[in-house]
Amino acid sequence: MSTAREIAAMVRGGERTARSVVEEHLAAIDARDAQLHAFNHVMRDEALARADAIDATVRRGEDPGPLAGVPVALKDNLCTRGIPTTCSSRILDGWRPPYDATVVERLAGAGAIAIGKTNLDEFAMGSSTENSAFGATRNPHDPARVPGGSSGGSAAAVAAGFAPLALGSDTGGSIRQPASLCGVVGMKPTYGRVSRYGLVAFASSLDQIGPFATCVDDAALLLEAVWGHDPMDSTSIASTPETLDSGADVQGLRVGIIEELTDVDGIQPEVRAAVEDAARGLESAGAKIDRVAVPSCTYGLSAYYLIAPAEASSNLARYDGVRYGLRVDGSDVADMNARTRAAGFGAEVKRRIMLGTYALSAGYYDAYYGKAQKVRTLIIDDFRRAYGSFDVLLAPTSPTTAFEIGVKVADPLAMYLSDVCTIPTNLTGETAISVPFGTGAEDLPVGVQVIAPALGEPLAFRVARAIEEVAGGWRRD
Amino acid sequence: MTDLEAVIGLEVHVELSTETKLFCSCPNEFGAEPNTNVCPVCLGLPGSLPVLNQRVVEYALRLGEALHFSVPPSSLFHRKNYFYPDMPKDYQVSQYDEPICVDGVLEVDGASIGIERAHMEEDTGKSQHVGGEGGRIHGAAHSLVDYNRAGVPLMEIVSRPDLRSAEQARGYVTELRGVLQAIGVSDVKMEEGSMRVDANVSVRPAGAAEMGTKVEVKNMNSIRSVGRAIEYEIERQSIASEAGRPIVQETRHWDEEAGVTHGMRSKEGSDDYRYFPEPDLVPVAPTETMRAEAVREVPELPAARRARFVGEWGLSPGDAKVLVDNPALAAFAEQTVAAGGAPKDVANWCTGDILGYLNETGGAVGALPLTPDGLAELVGLVGDGTLSRNLAKEVLATCLRERKRPKEVVDERGLAQVSDEGELATLVDDVLGRNSDAVSDYRSGDDKAKKKKRGFLMGELMKASQRKGNPELLNKLLDERLQAG
Amino acid sequence: MPDRISPDDVRHVARLARLALTDAEVDQLVIDLGSILAHAEDVAALDLTDVPPTAHPLPLENVLRPDAVGPTLDRDEVLAQAPDAEDGRFRVPRIMGDA
Repeated sequence: MSTAREIAAMVRGGERTARSVVEEHLAAIDARDAQLHAFNHVMRDEALARADAIDATVRRGEDPGPLAGVPVALKDNLCTRGIPTTCSSRILDGWRPPYDATVVERLAGAGAIAIGKTNLDEFAMGSSTENSAFGATRNPHDPARVPGGSSGGSAAAVAAGFAPLALGSDTGGSIRQPASLCGVVGMKPTYGRVSRYGLVAFASSLDQIGPFATCVDDAALLLEAVWGHDPMDSTSIASTPETLDSGADVQGLRVGIIEELTDVDGIQPEVRAAVEDAARGLESAGAKIDRVAVPSCTYGLSAYYLIAPAEASSNLARYDGVRYGLRVDGSDVADMNARTRAAGFGAEVKRRIMLGTYALSAGYYDAYYGKAQKVRTLIIDDFRRAYGSFDVLLAPTSPTTAFEIGVKVADPLAMYLSDVCTIPTNLTGETAISVPFGTGAEDLPVGVQVIAPALGEPLAFRVARAIEEVAGGWRRD
Repeated sequence: MTDLEAVIGLEVHVELSTETKLFCSCPNEFGAEPNTNVCPVCLGLPGSLPVLNQRVVEYALRLGEALHFSVPPSSLFHRKNYFYPDMPKDYQVSQYDEPICVDGVLEVDGASIGIERAHMEEDTGKSQHVGGEGGRIHGAAHSLVDYNRAGVPLMEIVSRPDLRSAEQARGYVTELRGVLQAIGVSDVKMEEGSMRVDANVSVRPAGAAEMGTKVEVKNMNSIRSVGRAIEYEIERQSIASEAGRPIVQETRHWDEEAGVTHGMRSKEGSDDYRYFPEPDLVPVAPTETMRAEAVREVPELPAARRARFVGEWGLSPGDAKVLVDNPALAAFAEQTVAAGGAPKDVANWCTGDILGYLNETGGAVGALPLTPDGLAELVGLVGDGTLSRNLAKEVLATCLRERKRPKEVVDERGLAQVSDEGELATLVDDVLGRNSDAVSDYRSGDDKAKKKKRGFLMGELMKASQRKGNPELLNKLLDERLQAG
Repeated sequence: MPDRISPDDVRHVARLARLALTDAEVDQLVIDLGSILAHAEDVAALDLTDVPPTAHPLPLENVLRPDAVGPTLDRDEVLAQAPDAEDGRFRVPRIMGDA
């Protein structure tokens, strides 16, 4: 299978048509997506038309861009003009946005081809892609298991070869955790690196768009195509990003293994072993390895499950049956709102709206939301201290490999614990990348997480490439 | 029985006169076709994000300077969460505990009225209620929503409860409107809703330190109705209080036609707004440059202008107020003075005949058929004795009607006043000769008859001079002749 | 430390959130919110008096846009997405019940 970089090079060089690339991937989707359900909507006609336009560009002797002819799967919470954008929710049934997300525009500008909208946990709330109004996505490595979530459709699409690249969104681990469970690379950039304009909000101070790919280099290629300042997003970082072509040299780099996350309750032995093996690999490549304590990490999950629902309760208020999407009639407007929302939202979304509304309500703000914001400060301070002694940090991505469909649905807390290793980076706004590192029991993929300070993407990619090289020769028995 | 005193605080919302909305680049424009000035941001479409309009911050800082606010180093936007169909996100982006302006003051007729805060926020859309009586919300079958106004920038200016009467409240609103107009941040039209006033009214025994139960009064659409509504509410509460009936803390609606306030139903729990910092926006931290710019942009304010008109132009405080309350007219007067008109005369014309003309025609000062230059010319013609005041009024009326310069009118109609004493003496002798009966009646009559006959003769003289005779001279000559007999 | 969440608390919060819940959903939410909030007690119990809150991971300020008019959406396209529209506007049921 070709990498995205190889595909783009062939299309730009006229050695391969974009149409043949798209047809090949559509064939893969046709062959297996009925089983996996990675996509909510396949953009068959649009993708073929785009491919022909790119081929015409090449024939005219022009360059379609660095992602020429490369199919990209888009998480179905990214707005696509005229194309259904559902967030896997009944409440957005039939909605076709009148505008494209900034990342969608940028992908088009880079010559990429949007091939479809991928399934997710409704409004990105979940860790298994089971909370989709349109049915669960299955893990390509074992269809009885979840692909992780919430960007499970994007992770599965890349893992199944439906698209060499995909975009997802990561609020508490929603890119990295499914990447880990599906055996692909998944990356959360620094908060503000990638414009959120056109990403349907879950928790605005935590959400960040990022790439999925089969290899670290392809993830870098995709990130370079979409990142950079956007005047439509007030929280977009103004500085011009540097290149991510940062090599794989880790000589002399100080790497800290986060104790609290590597020893977290319920961690599978093969996951912990993968982190340790990756560390040893980096050490033999010249890095200095040590363990590091980031004590407030343990409060991350609680803080996250107050902050994210609070912001979500407000972000999701607009789904009221007035301007777009579902409406269920009622005796007056308030009744119509309440019935529409009751019918349109799934159980997990309702749970989080309720939790967030409660955490913000009179008398509880200080005890819950206010406290959680202060914990956020503690975690940021702890990470800052850790970066005093280390250049990058290492941790598991998910405490477990892919679990079976249905086993955690009834227990929200158990599900929430899937995010324990990824959440701290969303709270701090830092960048992190999950790199596949062999397999564990039942041949299920394991991921290792590299965490770098804010704006440290070149460094994170460098270490990720080094781990990828180590993993390439690695095979646990 | 103890005397009661009213305690009043006002919340004033003003729409800022920017080109675009608060958080998006849609036109900020009154009266467009419904739902045409909308984009993903102000429609609250999923995925859209707000970006703050720079001009709104400039206007807020200018207001801060004009009302002597202090502007903290940093201010934040919060989300105020509640469901309402004319609010596209079902939360309003506003400022909460860190507003841009705190602790200001406005002088109103010698009293210092404290202003607690002023903050930036977005306006809502507009609902039209269909199927009910007179477009009211109660009894309507359904409503139609237009989001053109959604996201229009507002400043909310919250006074301290320092006002003690309806009249003072009216004075505060008038003065505030003058300041807002002077600094050019809003067109402050209450009828179009670009300035909206809510009043918090309570009564208590005079001199008491504790506040009475506060009632919020809404829906006043003119400064006059602000006064009427507060007047009514003070009366209502006083009667209740004297009768020992409790006053309920509530929001009441002013009914302009009936001249009463009505209690509004409030929904349970509707006041838990769950404010939290708006994560899609970053703090506003006014820099020294931004602050200095605001200081530069604040022009002479109404109070200073009135003082100047009294001190330098010699106007009465009342005339100065009439002129300053109409900034366009005041500007016209200033231009007329700059064109050489004597200030006091200019002001008299402006607050008299010209204001009368504007009120009668409903026209704007900018559309006056007479330029400041033209008015200066008219003032000059009276000053040098060419026109009597009465003739000048006629000339002005002609100028306004026919869009002509005063000199043009005077020349065309030969209206210049005759002040040649010899010429007028001949005229007087002639008229008295023709009316010898009246002259002898004058001489033989009592005081009453004298007065009557003299008036008649003066009228005849004006007629004979085609109203051009200098009245002062004619009077003098007439008296000389009558007494000589 | 806040009290344990009751069915009435859940109903009150549901009103604030405009969610019509069935009795079964209310009962389930009493359990779910209870257990999530119990887990959050580790945070609620911390003494963080001197710790400033972090509302946002970015230290940005004064992100402003020029006051210049940009494109607007086509009204027909906007209203085509509406569940109900009339006369160029979004149609909604009556806003308040009879007084």
